[in-house]
Amino acid sequence: MSRSSMKFSLAQRVLHWGMALGILAMLFIGVGMMSTIDSVYLLLVNIHKPLGIVILALALLRLAVRWRTGAPPLPAGMSEPMKLAARLSHVAFYVLMIAMPLLGWSMLSAADYPVVFAGMRLPSIVPPNAELHSMLWTAHRALAFCLFALFLLHFAAALFHAWVRKDGVFETMTSGRSDRRR
Amino acid sequence: MKKHQDAPSAGLPIVVRLAAILCLVIAAACAFAYAAGWLTPARLTPTKIVDSLAPPGGPVKGFRRNHAKGICFAGSFEANGDAVEISRAPMFKVGTYPVTGRFNLAGPIPTMADGTGRVRGLSLRIQAADGQEWRTAMINPPLFPIATPKDFYELQRANANKDDPSAAKQFAASHPSLRAFGAWAGTAPFAESYAEDRFNSLNSFVFTNAQGQSQTVRWSFIPTAAVVPVPPDELKKRDPDFLFKEITERVAAAPQKWKLVVTLANPGDPTSDPTKVWPDDRRQIEAGTLLVTRIEPEADGACRDINFDPTVLPEGIHTSDDPFPAARSAAYAVSYDRRTAESSHYPRTQAEGKP
Repeated sequence: MSRSSMKFSLAQRVLHWGMALGILAMLFIGVGMMSTIDSVYLLLVNIHKPLGIVILALALLRLAVRWRTGAPPLPAGMSEPMKLAARLSHVAFYVLMIAMPLLGWSMLSAADYPVVFAGMRLPSIVPPNAELHSMLWTAHRALAFCLFALFLLHFAAALFHAWVRKDGVFETMTSGRSDRRR
Repeated sequence: MKKHQDAPSAGLPIVVRLAAILCLVIAAACAFAYAAGWLTPARLTPTKIVDSLAPPGGPVKGFRRNHAKGICFAGSFEANGDAVEISRAPMFKVGTYPVTGRFNLAGPIPTMADGTGRVRGLSLRIQAADGQEWRTAMINPPLFPIATPKDFYELQRANANKDDPSAAKQFAASHPSLRAFGAWAGTAPFAESYAEDRFNSLNSFVFTNAQGQSQTVRWSFIPTAAVVPVPPDELKKRDPDFLFKEITERVAAAPQKWKLVVTLANPGDPTSDPTKVWPDDRRQIEAGTLLVTRIEPEADGACRDINFDPTVLPEGIHTSDDPFPAARSAAYAVSYDRRTAESSHYPRTQAEGKP
Protein backbone atom coordinates (compact mmCIF):
# COMPACT_ATOMS: atom_id res chain seq x y z
CA MET A 1 0.00 0.00 0.00
CA SER A 2 1.52 3.29 -1.00
CA ARG A 3 2.15 5.95 1.59
CA SER A 4 -0.23 8.44 -0.06
CA SER A 5 -3.15 6.04 -0.14
CA MET A 6 -3.01 5.67 3.64
CA LYS A 7 -4.13 9.21 4.14
CA PHE A 8 -6.42 11.77 2.64
CA SER A 9 -4.47 14.32 0.60
CA LEU A 10 -3.36 17.52 2.28
CA ALA A 11 -6.04 19.47 0.35
CA GLN A 12 -8.68 17.03 1.55
CA ARG A 13 -7.53 17.24 5.15
CA VAL A 14 -7.47 21.05 5.09
CA LEU A 15 -10.94 21.10 3.53
CA HIS A 16 -12.22 18.57 6.05
CA TRP A 17 -11.08 20.38 9.18
CA GLY A 18 -11.86 23.85 7.85
CA MET A 19 -15.32 22.84 6.80
CA ALA A 20 -15.88 20.88 10.02
CA LEU A 21 -15.34 24.11 11.91
CA GLY A 22 -17.54 26.08 9.50
CA ILE A 23 -20.39 23.56 9.49
CA LEU A 24 -20.40 23.20 13.28
CA ALA A 25 -20.45 26.99 13.55
CA MET A 26 -23.36 27.11 11.08
CA LEU A 27 -25.36 24.57 13.10
CA PHE A 28 -24.80 26.35 16.40
CA ILE A 29 -25.39 29.79 14.88
CA GLY A 30 -28.50 28.48 13.15
CA VAL A 31 -30.24 27.20 16.28
CA GLY A 32 -28.84 30.10 18.29
CA MET A 33 -30.25 32.79 16.05
CA MET A 34 -33.66 31.12 16.03
CA SER A 35 -33.82 31.44 19.80
CA THR A 36 -32.90 35.03 20.54
CA ILE A 37 -34.22 38.53 19.97
CA ASP A 38 -31.08 40.27 21.23
CA SER A 39 -28.97 42.34 18.89
CA VAL A 40 -26.67 39.32 18.56
CA TYR A 41 -29.47 37.92 16.37
CA LEU A 42 -28.46 40.18 13.51
CA LEU A 43 -24.78 39.35 13.97
CA LEU A 44 -25.58 35.63 13.83
CA VAL A 45 -27.79 35.98 10.75
CA ASN A 46 -25.13 38.08 9.06
CA ILE A 47 -22.55 35.33 9.66
CA HIS A 48 -24.92 32.46 8.84
CA LYS A 49 -25.86 33.58 5.33
CA PRO A 50 -22.43 34.35 3.80
CA LEU A 51 -20.81 31.41 5.64
CA GLY A 52 -23.43 29.20 4.02
CA ILE A 53 -22.38 30.43 0.60
CA VAL A 54 -18.72 29.80 1.45
CA ILE A 55 -19.54 26.27 2.60
CA LEU A 56 -21.47 25.61 -0.61
CA ALA A 57 -18.46 26.63 -2.68
CA LEU A 58 -16.08 24.57 -0.54
CA ALA A 59 -18.39 21.54 -0.62
CA LEU A 60 -18.44 21.60 -4.43
CA LEU A 61 -14.67 21.98 -4.49
CA ARG A 62 -14.33 19.12 -2.02
CA LEU A 63 -16.58 16.89 -4.07
CA ALA A 64 -14.39 17.55 -7.11
CA VAL A 65 -11.22 16.84 -5.14
CA ARG A 66 -12.72 13.62 -3.77
CA TRP A 67 -13.67 12.64 -7.29
CA ARG A 68 -10.09 13.10 -8.48
CA THR A 69 -8.16 11.91 -5.44
CA GLY A 70 -10.47 9.33 -3.98
CA ALA A 71 -10.21 8.15 -0.39
CA PRO A 72 -7.90 5.77 1.46
CA PRO A 73 -9.30 2.25 1.65
CA LEU A 74 -11.07 1.24 4.84
CA PRO A 75 -9.11 -1.34 6.87
CA ALA A 76 -9.62 -4.93 5.86
CA GLY A 77 -10.53 -5.70 9.45
CA MET A 78 -13.75 -3.72 9.25
CA SER A 79 -16.91 -5.73 8.75
CA GLU A 80 -18.92 -5.17 5.58
CA PRO A 81 -21.89 -3.54 7.39
CA MET A 82 -19.49 -1.13 9.09
CA LYS A 83 -17.86 -0.27 5.79
CA LEU A 84 -21.25 0.29 4.24
CA ALA A 85 -22.25 2.55 7.14
CA ALA A 86 -19.04 4.53 6.76
CA ARG A 87 -19.57 5.01 3.03
CA LEU A 88 -23.24 5.93 3.44
CA SER A 89 -22.40 8.46 6.12
CA HIS A 90 -19.95 10.13 3.75
CA VAL A 91 -22.54 10.25 0.99
CA ALA A 92 -25.02 11.78 3.46
CA PHE A 93 -22.46 14.41 4.44
CA TYR A 94 -21.85 15.41 0.83
CA VAL A 95 -25.58 15.56 0.11
CA LEU A 96 -26.25 17.71 3.18
CA MET A 97 -23.21 19.96 2.75
CA ILE A 98 -24.49 20.88 -0.69
CA ALA A 99 -28.24 20.74 0.00
CA MET A 100 -28.28 22.84 3.19
CA PRO A 101 -26.82 26.04 1.69
CA LEU A 102 -28.96 25.59 -1.44
CA LEU A 103 -32.08 25.15 0.71
CA GLY A 104 -31.21 28.24 2.75
CA TRP A 105 -30.55 30.32 -0.33
CA SER A 106 -33.64 29.10 -2.16
CA MET A 107 -35.85 29.54 0.90
CA LEU A 108 -34.78 33.20 1.07
CA SER A 109 -35.36 33.54 -2.67
CA ALA A 110 -38.85 32.06 -2.27
CA ALA A 111 -39.49 34.64 0.46
CA ASP A 112 -38.34 37.40 -1.92
CA TYR A 113 -35.65 38.22 0.61
CA PRO A 114 -32.32 39.59 -0.59
CA VAL A 115 -29.25 37.38 -0.17
CA VAL A 116 -26.20 39.60 0.02
CA PHE A 117 -22.68 38.21 -0.17
CA ALA A 118 -19.66 40.50 0.20
CA GLY A 119 -21.81 43.54 -0.51
CA MET A 120 -23.28 42.04 -3.67
CA ARG A 121 -26.85 40.85 -4.05
CA LEU A 122 -26.91 37.28 -5.27
CA PRO A 123 -29.56 36.26 -7.80
CA SER A 124 -32.73 34.53 -6.63
CA ILE A 125 -32.53 30.83 -7.42
CA VAL A 126 -36.28 30.14 -7.19
CA PRO A 127 -39.26 32.43 -7.86
CA PRO A 128 -41.00 34.12 -4.90
CA ASN A 129 -43.70 31.79 -3.61
CA ALA A 130 -45.08 31.50 -0.09
CA GLU A 131 -45.90 27.78 -0.22
CA LEU A 132 -42.50 26.99 -1.69
CA HIS A 133 -40.87 29.09 1.03
CA SER A 134 -42.65 27.11 3.67
CA MET A 135 -41.55 23.77 2.20
CA LEU A 136 -37.94 24.86 1.80
CA TRP A 137 -37.83 26.39 5.27
CA THR A 138 -39.22 23.22 6.83
CA ALA A 139 -36.66 21.14 4.94
CA HIS A 140 -33.78 23.45 5.88
CA ARG A 141 -34.74 23.24 9.54
CA ALA A 142 -35.35 19.47 9.60
CA LEU A 143 -32.16 18.65 7.70
CA ALA A 144 -30.16 20.89 10.03
CA PHE A 145 -31.08 18.57 12.88
CA CYS A 146 -30.27 15.57 10.69
CA LEU A 147 -26.89 17.09 9.90
CA PHE A 148 -26.15 17.64 13.57
CA ALA A 149 -27.17 14.05 14.35
CA LEU A 150 -24.90 12.88 11.53
CA PHE A 151 -22.09 14.96 13.01
CA LEU A 152 -22.57 13.30 16.41
CA LEU A 153 -22.46 9.89 14.76
CA HIS A 154 -19.35 10.82 12.78
CA PHE A 155 -17.69 12.26 15.88
CA ALA A 156 -18.43 9.11 17.88
CA ALA A 157 -17.26 6.86 15.02
CA ALA A 158 -14.03 8.84 14.58
CA LEU A 159 -13.22 8.51 18.28
CA PHE A 160 -14.20 4.84 18.19
CA HIS A 161 -11.66 4.28 15.41
CA ALA A 162 -9.02 6.31 17.24
CA TRP A 163 -9.41 5.02 20.78
CA VAL A 164 -11.08 1.65 20.58
CA ARG A 165 -10.37 0.04 17.21
CA LYS A 166 -7.06 1.86 16.70
CA ASP A 167 -7.21 0.82 13.06
CA GLY A 168 -5.67 3.95 11.52
CA VAL A 169 -8.94 5.26 10.07
CA PHE A 170 -8.88 8.35 12.30
CA GLU A 171 -5.29 9.04 11.29
CA THR A 172 -6.18 9.15 7.60
CA MET A 173 -7.65 12.58 8.33
CA THR A 174 -4.94 13.84 10.69
CA SER A 175 -1.38 14.77 9.91
CA GLY A 176 0.11 12.69 12.67
CA ARG A 177 2.81 10.10 12.30
CA SER A 178 0.49 7.20 11.89
CA ASP A 179 0.63 7.26 8.12
CA ARG A 180 3.56 4.91 8.22
CA ARG A 181 2.94 1.29 7.59
CA ARG A 182 1.87 -0.66 10.56
CA MET B 1 -0.49 -2.54 18.09
CA LYS B 2 1.63 0.46 18.99
CA LYS B 3 0.12 3.86 18.97
CA HIS B 4 1.49 7.18 20.03
CA GLN B 5 -1.02 9.94 19.74
CA ASP B 6 -3.63 8.25 21.89
CA ALA B 7 -1.17 7.81 24.70
CA PRO B 8 -3.55 9.14 27.37
CA SER B 9 -5.96 6.31 26.69
CA ALA B 10 -3.39 3.69 25.90
CA GLY B 11 -3.61 1.85 29.13
CA LEU B 12 -7.27 2.40 29.85
CA PRO B 13 -9.83 -0.37 29.64
CA ILE B 14 -12.17 -0.38 26.64
CA VAL B 15 -15.15 0.43 28.84
CA VAL B 16 -13.52 3.65 30.01
CA ARG B 17 -12.68 4.65 26.46
CA LEU B 18 -16.23 3.97 25.31
CA ALA B 19 -17.54 5.97 28.26
CA ALA B 20 -15.24 8.86 27.33
CA ILE B 21 -16.60 8.83 23.76
CA LEU B 22 -20.16 8.76 25.06
CA CYS B 23 -19.46 11.68 27.40
CA LEU B 24 -17.98 13.76 24.59
CA VAL B 25 -20.93 13.07 22.31
CA ILE B 26 -23.36 13.98 25.10
CA ALA B 27 -21.39 17.15 25.82
CA ALA B 28 -21.61 18.17 22.16
CA ALA B 29 -25.34 17.50 22.13
CA CYS B 30 -25.79 19.53 25.32
CA ALA B 31 -23.86 22.47 23.90
CA PHE B 32 -26.14 22.34 20.86
CA ALA B 33 -29.23 22.20 23.06
CA TYR B 34 -27.94 25.17 25.02
CA ALA B 35 -27.37 27.20 21.83
CA ALA B 36 -30.89 26.33 20.75
CA GLY B 37 -32.26 27.64 24.06
CA TRP B 38 -33.69 24.26 25.09
CA LEU B 39 -31.86 24.33 28.42
CA THR B 40 -32.86 27.91 29.22
CA PRO B 41 -36.66 28.08 29.11
CA ALA B 42 -36.54 31.64 30.48
CA ARG B 43 -34.76 32.97 27.36
CA LEU B 44 -36.90 35.46 25.48
CA THR B 45 -37.25 33.90 22.06
CA PRO B 46 -38.89 35.32 18.93
CA THR B 47 -41.43 32.51 19.22
CA LYS B 48 -42.50 33.78 22.63
CA ILE B 49 -42.88 37.33 21.33
CA VAL B 50 -45.03 36.16 18.43
CA ASP B 51 -47.10 33.88 20.68
CA SER B 52 -47.71 36.81 23.03
CA LEU B 53 -49.32 38.77 20.19
CA ALA B 54 -52.04 36.20 19.57
CA PRO B 55 -55.62 37.14 20.45
CA PRO B 56 -57.39 35.06 23.14
CA GLY B 57 -58.92 32.79 20.48
CA GLY B 58 -55.53 32.04 18.95
CA PRO B 59 -53.83 33.56 15.92
CA VAL B 60 -55.69 34.05 12.66
CA LYS B 61 -54.07 31.56 10.33
CA GLY B 62 -52.40 32.71 7.15
CA PHE B 63 -52.15 36.33 8.28
CA ARG B 64 -49.41 38.44 9.81
CA ARG B 65 -49.33 37.89 13.57
CA ASN B 66 -49.57 41.63 14.17
CA HIS B 67 -50.71 44.41 11.85
CA ALA B 68 -52.82 41.63 10.36
CA LYS B 69 -55.22 43.90 8.49
CA GLY B 70 -53.61 45.59 5.54
CA ILE B 71 -53.89 46.65 1.94
CA CYS B 72 -51.13 46.64 -0.66
CA PHE B 73 -49.99 49.42 -2.90
CA ALA B 74 -47.52 50.12 -5.65
CA GLY B 75 -45.72 53.39 -6.04
CA SER B 76 -42.34 55.02 -6.23
CA PHE B 77 -39.86 56.99 -4.22
CA GLU B 78 -38.53 60.10 -5.91
CA ALA B 79 -35.24 61.06 -4.31
CA ASN B 80 -34.16 64.69 -4.50
CA GLY B 81 -30.53 63.86 -3.74
CA ASP B 82 -30.33 65.88 -0.51
CA ALA B 83 -29.81 62.81 1.72
CA VAL B 84 -26.68 61.77 -0.20
CA GLU B 85 -24.88 64.11 2.20
CA ILE B 86 -25.55 61.69 5.07
CA SER B 87 -26.04 58.28 3.43
CA ARG B 88 -24.60 56.47 0.44
CA ALA B 89 -27.76 54.35 0.11
CA PRO B 90 -28.44 54.10 -3.65
CA MET B 91 -32.08 55.20 -3.27
CA PHE B 92 -31.02 58.63 -1.99
CA LYS B 93 -29.37 59.54 -5.27
CA VAL B 94 -31.58 61.71 -7.49
CA GLY B 95 -33.92 59.32 -9.24
CA THR B 96 -37.13 57.33 -9.08
CA TYR B 97 -37.18 53.97 -7.31
CA PRO B 98 -40.00 51.40 -7.36
CA VAL B 99 -41.89 50.86 -4.12
CA THR B 100 -44.04 47.99 -2.91
CA GLY B 101 -45.93 48.92 0.24
CA ARG B 102 -48.70 48.19 2.65
CA PHE B 103 -51.05 50.30 4.76
CA ASN B 104 -52.12 48.47 7.88
CA LEU B 105 -53.64 48.57 11.35
CA ALA B 106 -51.89 47.37 14.50
CA GLY B 107 -53.63 44.32 15.92
CA PRO B 108 -53.72 40.58 15.31
CA ILE B 109 -57.20 40.33 13.73
CA PRO B 110 -57.54 41.00 9.99
CA THR B 111 -61.27 41.66 10.23
CA MET B 112 -61.01 44.44 12.82
CA ALA B 113 -62.99 47.60 12.18
CA ASP B 114 -60.89 50.44 10.81
CA GLY B 115 -62.41 52.86 13.34
CA THR B 116 -60.96 50.81 16.21
CA GLY B 117 -57.41 50.96 14.91
CA ARG B 118 -55.58 53.47 17.02
CA VAL B 119 -52.18 52.65 15.58
CA ARG B 120 -51.83 52.68 11.82
CA GLY B 121 -48.82 51.49 9.87
CA LEU B 122 -47.00 52.06 6.63
CA SER B 123 -44.56 49.44 5.34
CA LEU B 124 -42.29 50.01 2.38
CA ARG B 125 -39.85 48.16 0.21
CA ILE B 126 -37.80 50.60 -1.86
CA GLN B 127 -35.69 48.93 -4.55
CA ALA B 128 -32.51 50.24 -6.09
CA ALA B 129 -31.40 49.26 -9.59
CA ASP B 130 -28.46 47.23 -8.26
CA GLY B 131 -30.77 44.91 -6.29
CA GLN B 132 -30.26 46.58 -2.93
CA GLU B 133 -33.41 47.10 -0.89
CA TRP B 134 -34.56 49.28 1.93
CA ARG B 135 -37.43 47.83 3.90
CA THR B 136 -39.10 49.79 6.65
CA ALA B 137 -42.26 49.37 8.70
CA MET B 138 -43.46 52.52 10.43
CA ILE B 139 -46.41 53.55 12.59
CA ASN B 140 -48.25 56.79 13.16
CA PRO B 141 -47.67 57.53 16.87
CA PRO B 142 -44.85 60.03 17.53
CA LEU B 143 -43.28 57.72 20.12
CA PHE B 144 -43.24 54.04 21.03
CA PRO B 145 -44.99 53.06 24.27
CA ILE B 146 -42.23 50.72 25.41
CA ALA B 147 -38.47 51.15 25.79
CA THR B 148 -37.16 47.61 25.25
CA PRO B 149 -38.27 44.40 23.50
CA LYS B 150 -38.33 42.63 26.86
CA ASP B 151 -40.73 45.24 28.26
CA PHE B 152 -42.82 44.89 25.11
CA TYR B 153 -43.17 41.19 25.85
CA GLU B 154 -43.99 41.85 29.51
CA LEU B 155 -46.65 44.35 28.44
CA GLN B 156 -48.30 41.80 26.15
CA ARG B 157 -48.27 39.30 29.01
CA ALA B 158 -49.68 41.81 31.49
CA ASN B 159 -52.47 42.79 29.09
CA ALA B 160 -53.32 39.15 28.44
CA ASN B 161 -53.36 38.24 32.13
CA LYS B 162 -57.07 37.67 32.71
CA ASP B 163 -56.49 36.15 36.15
CA ASP B 164 -55.06 39.34 37.47
CA PRO B 165 -56.73 42.47 36.08
CA SER B 166 -54.33 44.60 38.07
CA ALA B 167 -51.34 43.21 36.15
CA ALA B 168 -51.74 45.71 33.32
CA LYS B 169 -52.19 48.57 35.78
CA GLN B 170 -49.12 47.57 37.73
CA PHE B 171 -47.14 47.39 34.52
CA ALA B 172 -48.34 50.84 33.46
CA ALA B 173 -47.47 52.28 36.85
CA SER B 174 -43.90 51.04 36.60
CA HIS B 175 -43.45 52.12 32.97
CA PRO B 176 -44.13 55.87 32.71
CA SER B 177 -43.50 55.89 28.95
CA LEU B 178 -46.92 54.27 28.62
CA ARG B 179 -48.48 57.49 29.95
CA ALA B 180 -46.93 59.63 27.22
CA PHE B 181 -48.17 57.14 24.65
CA GLY B 182 -51.58 57.08 26.31
CA ALA B 183 -51.73 60.86 26.11
CA TRP B 184 -51.17 60.67 22.35
CA ALA B 185 -53.65 57.82 21.94
CA GLY B 186 -56.29 59.67 23.93
CA THR B 187 -56.04 63.01 22.18
CA ALA B 188 -54.61 62.61 18.67
CA PRO B 189 -57.24 62.89 15.95
CA PHE B 190 -58.15 59.84 13.85
CA ALA B 191 -57.44 61.00 10.31
CA GLU B 192 -60.08 60.04 7.79
CA SER B 193 -57.42 58.69 5.46
CA TYR B 194 -54.11 56.87 5.43
CA ALA B 195 -53.09 59.66 3.05
CA GLU B 196 -53.32 62.12 5.96
CA ASP B 197 -51.25 60.11 8.43
CA ARG B 198 -47.67 60.76 9.32
CA PHE B 199 -45.65 57.55 9.71
CA ASN B 200 -42.55 57.42 11.89
CA SER B 201 -39.62 54.99 12.07
CA LEU B 202 -39.44 55.55 15.86
CA ASN B 203 -36.40 53.26 15.90
CA SER B 204 -33.10 54.93 15.18
CA PHE B 205 -30.72 53.80 12.46
CA VAL B 206 -27.23 54.86 11.44
CA PHE B 207 -26.62 56.52 8.08
CA THR B 208 -23.14 56.43 6.58
CA ASN B 209 -22.12 58.63 3.69
CA ALA B 210 -19.57 58.10 0.92
CA GLN B 211 -16.85 59.69 3.10
CA GLY B 212 -17.51 57.08 5.78
CA GLN B 213 -19.05 59.54 8.25
CA SER B 214 -21.85 58.09 10.35
CA GLN B 215 -24.90 59.82 11.74
CA THR B 216 -27.73 58.38 13.83
CA VAL B 217 -31.14 59.27 12.45
CA ARG B 218 -34.85 58.59 12.63
CA TRP B 219 -37.20 59.21 9.75
CA SER B 220 -40.81 60.05 9.02
CA PHE B 221 -43.09 60.02 6.00
CA ILE B 222 -45.12 63.22 6.28
CA PRO B 223 -48.36 63.49 4.31
CA THR B 224 -48.82 66.32 1.87
CA ALA B 225 -52.60 66.09 2.41
CA ALA B 226 -54.05 68.05 5.34
CA VAL B 227 -55.49 66.05 8.24
CA VAL B 228 -59.28 65.83 8.29
CA PRO B 229 -60.18 64.22 11.62
CA VAL B 230 -63.07 61.80 11.96
CA PRO B 231 -65.13 62.98 14.97
CA PRO B 232 -64.70 60.38 17.75
CA ASP B 233 -68.44 59.69 18.03
CA GLU B 234 -68.53 58.97 14.32
CA LEU B 235 -65.69 56.44 14.32
CA LYS B 236 -67.85 53.52 15.38
CA LYS B 237 -70.52 54.33 12.82
CA ARG B 238 -68.11 54.27 9.93
CA ASP B 239 -67.87 51.30 7.63
CA PRO B 240 -65.47 48.74 9.15
CA ASP B 241 -63.34 49.09 6.02
CA PHE B 242 -63.71 52.82 5.54
CA LEU B 243 -59.95 53.45 5.46
CA PHE B 244 -59.42 50.82 2.77
CA LYS B 245 -62.29 52.08 0.64
CA GLU B 246 -61.19 55.67 1.06
CA ILE B 247 -57.56 55.10 0.10
CA THR B 248 -58.59 52.95 -2.87
CA GLU B 249 -60.82 55.72 -4.25
CA ARG B 250 -58.38 58.45 -3.39
CA VAL B 251 -55.40 56.82 -5.09
CA ALA B 252 -57.54 55.93 -8.12
CA ALA B 253 -58.29 59.65 -8.46
CA ALA B 254 -54.72 60.88 -7.96
CA PRO B 255 -51.37 59.63 -6.62
CA GLN B 256 -50.96 60.33 -2.91
CA LYS B 257 -47.75 61.79 -1.58
CA TRP B 258 -45.61 61.79 1.56
CA LYS B 259 -42.31 63.62 2.12
CA LEU B 260 -39.49 61.58 3.60
CA VAL B 261 -37.92 63.67 6.35
CA VAL B 262 -34.78 62.38 8.05
CA THR B 263 -34.07 63.76 11.54
CA LEU B 264 -30.43 63.84 12.67
CA ALA B 265 -29.59 63.07 16.28
CA ASN B 266 -27.33 65.43 18.18
CA PRO B 267 -24.53 63.88 20.20
CA GLY B 268 -26.03 62.64 23.44
CA ASP B 269 -29.58 62.21 22.12
CA PRO B 270 -31.20 58.94 23.22
CA THR B 271 -30.73 56.63 20.24
CA SER B 272 -31.54 53.31 21.88
CA ASP B 273 -34.93 54.19 23.33
CA PRO B 274 -37.90 54.76 20.99
CA THR B 275 -40.01 56.13 23.86
CA LYS B 276 -37.77 59.20 23.96
CA VAL B 277 -38.61 61.81 21.36
CA TRP B 278 -35.74 64.00 20.18
CA PRO B 279 -36.13 67.79 20.60
CA ASP B 280 -37.85 69.68 17.80
CA ASP B 281 -34.81 71.72 16.85
CA ARG B 282 -32.82 68.76 15.48
CA ARG B 283 -31.60 69.15 11.94
CA GLN B 284 -33.88 67.61 9.34
CA ILE B 285 -33.22 66.70 5.73
CA GLU B 286 -36.00 66.16 3.25
CA ALA B 287 -34.83 63.23 1.15
CA GLY B 288 -37.63 62.90 -1.38
CA THR B 289 -41.26 62.01 -2.00
CA LEU B 290 -43.18 58.77 -1.74
CA LEU B 291 -45.89 58.46 -4.39
CA VAL B 292 -48.60 55.86 -3.94
CA THR B 293 -50.05 55.24 -7.36
CA ARG B 294 -52.04 51.98 -7.20
CA ILE B 295 -53.93 50.21 -4.44
CA GLU B 296 -54.15 46.40 -4.55
CA PRO B 297 -56.31 44.19 -2.31
CA GLU B 298 -53.96 42.27 -0.06
CA ALA B 299 -55.18 38.79 -1.00
CA ASP B 300 -53.68 39.23 -4.46
CA GLY B 301 -51.34 42.11 -3.76
CA ALA B 302 -47.59 42.21 -4.16
CA CYS B 303 -47.10 43.14 -0.49
CA ARG B 304 -48.81 40.05 0.81
CA ASP B 305 -45.85 37.71 0.86
CA ILE B 306 -43.23 40.31 1.70
CA ASN B 307 -41.70 40.38 5.14
CA PHE B 308 -41.16 44.09 5.83
CA ASP B 309 -38.15 43.26 7.96
CA PRO B 310 -36.70 46.60 9.14
CA THR B 311 -33.17 45.18 9.04
CA VAL B 312 -33.20 44.68 5.27
CA LEU B 313 -31.13 47.75 4.58
CA PRO B 314 -28.99 48.99 1.73
CA GLU B 315 -25.35 49.90 2.10
CA GLY B 316 -25.26 53.31 3.81
CA ILE B 317 -27.95 52.45 6.37
CA HIS B 318 -27.45 50.09 9.28
CA THR B 319 -28.93 49.35 12.66
CA SER B 320 -28.05 51.49 15.67
CA ASP B 321 -27.95 50.66 19.39
CA ASP B 322 -31.75 50.63 19.32
CA PRO B 323 -32.60 47.03 20.34
CA PHE B 324 -35.93 46.88 18.50
CA PRO B 325 -34.95 46.30 14.86
CA ALA B 326 -33.11 43.07 15.73
CA ALA B 327 -36.01 41.86 17.87
CA ARG B 328 -38.50 42.84 15.18
CA SER B 329 -36.48 41.05 12.51
CA ALA B 330 -36.39 37.87 14.61
CA ALA B 331 -40.11 38.03 15.40
CA TYR B 332 -41.18 39.00 11.86
CA ALA B 333 -39.33 35.93 10.57
CA VAL B 334 -41.33 33.68 12.89
CA SER B 335 -44.57 35.37 11.85
CA TYR B 336 -43.58 34.95 8.20
CA ASP B 337 -42.63 31.29 8.58
CA ARG B 338 -45.94 30.59 10.27
CA ARG B 339 -48.21 32.44 7.91
CA THR B 340 -46.54 31.08 4.78
CA ALA B 341 -47.05 27.59 6.20
CA GLU B 342 -50.75 28.47 6.45
CA SER B 343 -51.17 29.92 2.97
CA SER B 344 -54.18 27.72 2.33
CA HIS B 345 -56.06 29.53 5.11
CA TYR B 346 -55.77 32.82 3.26
CA PRO B 347 -56.46 31.92 -0.36
CA ARG B 348 -55.75 34.24 -3.19
CA THR B 349 -58.86 35.39 -5.01
CA GLN B 350 -57.41 35.90 -8.49
CA ALA B 351 -57.94 32.26 -9.39
CA GLU B 352 -61.64 32.79 -8.89
CA GLY B 353 -61.74 35.62 -11.38
CA LYS B 354 -61.97 38.48 -8.91
CA PRO B 355 -59.98 41.61 -9.65
